[in-house]
Amino acid sequence: MGPIQRVLADEKLQSFVGQEVYLHLETTNGAYAGNNPSGGMAVCAYIRNVKVKFSRASITGLGPYRAGMKMDGGWIYAEGLTDWEETPDGKLLFAGYDNEGRLAVSLEISKTPFRV
Amino acid sequence: MERVMVVLPHPDDETFGCGGTIAKFAKEGAQILYMCGTLGEMGRNMGKPFFATRETLPDVRARELEEACAVLGIQEIQKMGLRDKTVEFEDAHELANRIRQEMIRFKPQLLITHYPKYGVHPDHDALGYAAILAVKMLPKDERPLIYAHAITHNRMQTLGKPDVEIEIADVLETKVAAIRAHRSQSEAMMKRWSENTEPDEAWKKRMDQMMKKEVFWLYDADRLPETLW
Repeated sequence: MGPIQRVLADEKLQSFVGQEVYLHLETTNGAYAGNNPSGGMAVCAYIRNVKVKFSRASITGLGPYRAGMKMDGGWIYAEGLTDWEETPDGKLLFAGYDNEGRLAVSLEISKTPFRV
Repeated sequence: MERVMVVLPHPDDETFGCGGTIAKFAKEGAQILYMCGTLGEMGRNMGKPFFATRETLPDVRARELEEACAVLGIQEIQKMGLRDKTVEFEDAHELANRIRQEMIRFKPQLLITHYPKYGVHPDHDALGYAAILAVKMLPKDERPLIYAHAITHNRMQTLGKPDVEIEIADVLETKVAAIRAHRSQSEAMMKRWSENTEPDEAWKKRMDQMMKKEVFWLYDADRLPETLW
């Protein structure tokens, strides 16, 4: 993975418009975030291998970046994206890493199912 | 000003940033149309203690919007039906066209909207951009003046002093009543403000400023960039 090049990443994401694709979408602040004296909560949500189809898509912002995809009657959204990668088998991976190198958010698109 | 159009994306944007200004125009007898982009469906504040859920929040905020607008003296609200956090992913020209149609009908002399790229929230940037694009699409002699509301910390450094500074002492009660009308969004903040035990000086200063004056920059629609990002 490397830093997001917004214009290029935007083009790549748009190449998935109108097709049925698999989605992984996740956000987390780590399983230990609840275990500190200041009273934080551990928060995480993910959805993996759900089939989606979107009609509009773009990467926006000045970095960290945002992604938005418009579906028939719904939306897919991620904020805080810093890095990206196109895998050799055509998966498009985006993630947001914090200053400590920890993953905080992840958005991935693939034409074939993700490994489970 | 006899006809003022306000284009902002979230219920409460009209109150926190420019409620005093709107109340003043209303008091002077202006007609005010508010195009409100979304219902703030993705908001995190739900009252303190919370009384809304992710699913009831849009209805709660729509009611709060009606109440706050009645307090401020806004006669016409148009809910645009966009969704919170997604405005920047819509087609800016389509949005601008909808806003332009309303401008042709309502003929505002003044537009109040967010300053693109100085809005902090992406919805602010995107709807401000679309509203100014709508102005740019009008013939020059039909264009309203634009008061652009900037929020980012660097606003003074990069934009210079505001072109318009409006003292709101004479309508402060109205602004506070409108803030309270947005109960789901303001309850926690107003508790913090009234308890007077706030340790965060910068936050206190921002609150004091918000209750004292509202500032805007004039935006020349011809200077609007080709794309937002």
